[in-house]
Amino acid sequence: MKVEENRKPIFSAKNVTMDFKVARKGIFAKKSTIRALNDISFELYPGEALAIVGESGCGKSTICRIAMRFYKPTYGKMYFNNENIHELKGEKLKEYRQKSQMIFQDPFSSLNPLFNIYYHLKRPLQLYHPSDKETMYKKMDEYLTMVGLTPPKEQGEKFPHQLSGGQKQRAYIARVLAVGADVIFADEPTSMLDVSIRLGILNLLNKLKKEMKKSFIYITHDIATARYFADRIIVLYAGHMVEWGDVDKVICNPKHPYTKLLIAAAPDPEREEKIDLPVIRDKDTEIRQWTPESKGCPFRTRCPEAREICASKCPEAREVESGQFIRCIHG
Amino acid sequence: MGAVLEVENLYVDYITENGHIRAVDNVSFVIEEGKSLGLAGESGCGKSTIAYSLMRLHRPPALITSGKIIIDGKDILSLSENELQKFRWKKISMVFQSAMNCLNPVVTLEKQFFELYKIHGITKSRKEAKKLAEELLKIVGIPPERLKDYPHQLSGGMRQRAVIAMALALKPKLLILDEPTTALDTVVQRDILQKIYELKEKLNFSVLFITHDISLMMEFCDTVAIMYAGKIVEQAPSMKILKNPHHPYSYGLKNSFPSLQGEVKYMEGIPGSPLDLKCIPKGCRFQDRCFKATKICFEKEPEISLLDEGFFFCHNPL
Repeated sequence: MKVEENRKPIFSAKNVTMDFKVARKGIFAKKSTIRALNDISFELYPGEALAIVGESGCGKSTICRIAMRFYKPTYGKMYFNNENIHELKGEKLKEYRQKSQMIFQDPFSSLNPLFNIYYHLKRPLQLYHPSDKETMYKKMDEYLTMVGLTPPKEQGEKFPHQLSGGQKQRAYIARVLAVGADVIFADEPTSMLDVSIRLGILNLLNKLKKEMKKSFIYITHDIATARYFADRIIVLYAGHMVEWGDVDKVICNPKHPYTKLLIAAAPDPEREEKIDLPVIRDKDTEIRQWTPESKGCPFRTRCPEAREICASKCPEAREVESGQFIRCIHG
Repeated sequence: MGAVLEVENLYVDYITENGHIRAVDNVSFVIEEGKSLGLAGESGCGKSTIAYSLMRLHRPPALITSGKIIIDGKDILSLSENELQKFRWKKISMVFQSAMNCLNPVVTLEKQFFELYKIHGITKSRKEAKKLAEELLKIVGIPPERLKDYPHQLSGGMRQRAVIAMALALKPKLLILDEPTTALDTVVQRDILQKIYELKEKLNFSVLFITHDISLMMEFCDTVAIMYAGKIVEQAPSMKILKNPHHPYSYGLKNSFPSLQGEVKYMEGIPGSPLDLKCIPKGCRFQDRCFKATKICFEKEPEISLLDEGFFFCHNPL
């Protein structure tokens, strides 16, 4: 997945596997294990957006949570500037917490309703960039203008309930900027917002990416916005990376049957012909649960091209075109 | 073909302490037999309020102040509570946004189907009700043995399909879909919508489809009505709105969805935020967010401009 040899990744994951213990029915039953993520590796370069798409329950948000140190991965490691993020301590940990920030799905609950917007920006500034009052307010106004909340003096005095959903998300992004994050994990940042507002937020993120060289992990289930915003994409299915690479190659010329299905299912009014979904539904559940004992290709029960070999061995990753990888024996 | 639903000059107000808020303002539309109409718009524009008034589900503070709703030849605003109970679900049924909230969590699906049949006087025997319910579930693609399950044992997509089956149980003339798939994944979403449209062809009912996802609507509806701040600002056949929108708001909505084909272009979206219905400005309601606004838009409300198969309200159409 290297694009240029001399670029250094700012954030990377190496063979991350995450197991969760879950209780089965009945009090005396043994606990069983679910493998939420299996062998996830990726690299993120400065000034780049990496989209992670997949259905609900496929492990998209788990990646975020591991990166935020909510969980420690069962196997594998995540690196920030070549340091394992789960072994950071003291000053280094504080630095990591500053440099990596998250944007949440729900702007209605990510801001404290009791305090105004200035307060939300002031706290991180006091913690990470202490300065006198005047420069602080100047900085805050700068950030507010940057995210499009103008006039900043007026908007900064407002409380969250006085802002619309899109404005709240902008205020939250201003907070992330005030902290001084370099890697931003955006977990479905637009899915709670009105359609007419969404594109504005995406354009804002795009501006931050291009002008300030921020890096983004963009988690979404909307493959069309992933194409609009991201440079590279990972398609996740049942905790496995099934297809990844340059966003245009993957979306315009998908090779993995699941990616094909996702793209066929996405609403697109400009598509002329009627499409026929190649769906085979699982009998019991729609989301396949993966355990450490599971074998074979995770998608095989729904795959129209599945063969016997798919049931016994998990396919190795291979490069089908330069900058496009799949984990499938077909295609 | 006759009209299944006629709505004429509907006004719905919310009576609050700070005065009336007009959520639906002079809305008229017609749905013919076997046709589908899409209502699109942002949250708070009044699309769900319309759906609720069609079922007469409004409770104070919401009030239908004036207008006419005629479904299958009957003015439903004059029906009594008793008549309404028989009328709902038989002539018109609704699939709500979250299936989680409309299935009873402590009762099995089988019993919920049975109650439906019993109350509407279709059958009094459990066995017969079960047979009917099994058939319905087969139509929407759920194995009949799952009738014994409680709602929490089904996945989200299955639950939504079970609700659709229930909505179709009495063969209604009109099915209202109020954002039926917003909480679901794209693959499941398409699966369910395709099912509904297959059924629509087979059983010949009409559909009122409410969503904010205009690209989805373009694919599935015959006619599309775009709402903004309580008013329908443009209505036309879906292909026409897609190719040749007249109202700047329709154009903006359409341009808020990145396409999967062609080059990635910079897209604008719509600046500003949705109108607060508490302070409606003089003139056109879209004035502050419109890129074509001129002086007249701030002074006079636009008149209707009729097209071959639709209409729009705008001083400076595209």
